[in-house]
Amino acid sequence: MIKKVISYPLQFILFVLLQVLILNNVQLGGTVNPFLYILFILWLPIETNKALVMGVAFLLGLSIDVFNDTMGMHASACVFLAFVRPSILNILAPRDGYELNIPPTAGGLGWFWFLRYAAIGILIHHFFLFFVEVFRFTDFVDTLGRVFASSIFSLVLIALAQVFSSNVEDKR
Amino acid sequence: MRNLIAFIRKYSFFFLFLGVEALAFYLIFRNNHFQSASFLNSTNEVTGGVYTKYANLSDYLHLKEVNDVLSDENRRLRDSQLQSFERLFGENIIVKDTVFKRKYLYTKAKVIKNSTDRQNNYLTLSIGSKNGIENGMGVIGPNGVVGVVKNVSDHYTSVVSVLHREAKISVKLKKSQYFGSMQWNGEDYKMIGLKDIPNHVQLNEGDTVVTSGFSSIFPEGLNTAVIRTFEVPEGENFYEIEMQLLNDFKQLSYVYVVKNNALFEVKALESGREEIDD
Repeated sequence: MIKKVISYPLQFILFVLLQVLILNNVQLGGTVNPFLYILFILWLPIETNKALVMGVAFLLGLSIDVFNDTMGMHASACVFLAFVRPSILNILAPRDGYELNIPPTAGGLGWFWFLRYAAIGILIHHFFLFFVEVFRFTDFVDTLGRVFASSIFSLVLIALAQVFSSNVEDKR
Repeated sequence: MRNLIAFIRKYSFFFLFLGVEALAFYLIFRNNHFQSASFLNSTNEVTGGVYTKYANLSDYLHLKEVNDVLSDENRRLRDSQLQSFERLFGENIIVKDTVFKRKYLYTKAKVIKNSTDRQNNYLTLSIGSKNGIENGMGVIGPNGVVGVVKNVSDHYTSVVSVLHREAKISVKLKKSQYFGSMQWNGEDYKMIGLKDIPNHVQLNEGDTVVTSGFSSIFPEGLNTAVIRTFEVPEGENFYEIEMQLLNDFKQLSYVYVVKNNALFEVKALESGREEIDD
């Protein structure tokens, strides 16, 4: 348990650095950018205090913003994701609820569950982020296209990250 | 009263969400002011330091392109030097050393962070106020305008890129001297729009557009973009022009910060004029 608590700040720093140093330089066709860092929010244990998730999400978004000069944009999108996360978990809950201490990962709840969970989370986050960025609804279809393109890209990366981390879990 | 407390309790998570989201939006709006000073960004010593380390690493990967651009620039400068001209007649050289006064001063800077994929793009440079950089100075690349300095810390500078939806740069047509303003529409990082050119001007595809020098930020006559497409929308008096930027913003490694020595004088003069207008 203690080990887990310590490992989260490390994960936090790793996700931020990975996002700002490497993934922000990855762009397909100029505008499609993957956002892997929200996996940190998705991976937080299901029982985590909702308010704590929100605070952590705000800090995570803010860290990305500070590096990106996009003050507040990622923070607002992450906070929104933290706000809807309990509802997503509720909708996707198995018939007799979640077992205690089961992690919201592919290893814990299966690939089918994880991919649906990640896809909904990514779409909500990206939708919020891209519309806050353009801040108008005039190019609605154009922006929506960018949301979907980036979401697919992010989902692929998050699935890959899940594959690698599952391997690590298995070897333990 | 009891009901109210119960109500707030019941929806406490929602109120928390509203509060935190309001804070995030406060940050967005406070930073949206184009020239507003902000303290949390990549001119920060911590984030700037991380980007410098990363740029030092990734620089090696771009050495070839940087060399190409630099040698091309050197060739152009050599071309325009006095040694490459032959004297046709006359034996004496007239030195007019009080005729010219240095107006623009250039400082070399390394780009440690750049983006082209957002609606509002910024660059971070590895020099700051200790190198004499001030807010509002112009930044140019090997092929024309790059942006305007927005924020300066001791060792880092944040630059509003030309690829910023609110950034307007005054430019003119090299051939006919008609001036307009250049503004990005947020789509393609290679293309930029040009407005305010009246519809009676004769345009051709491939016409060069240069800086106008009106803003006193950039020297006059820097080649910046070439016209690709143009049309007059029905019922309008002005062209809608799409230009291709000469700088490749994805490859910028070194840029120059321009200091205008006459800026203070020009600004003082212009502010005096405003007072008379009022």
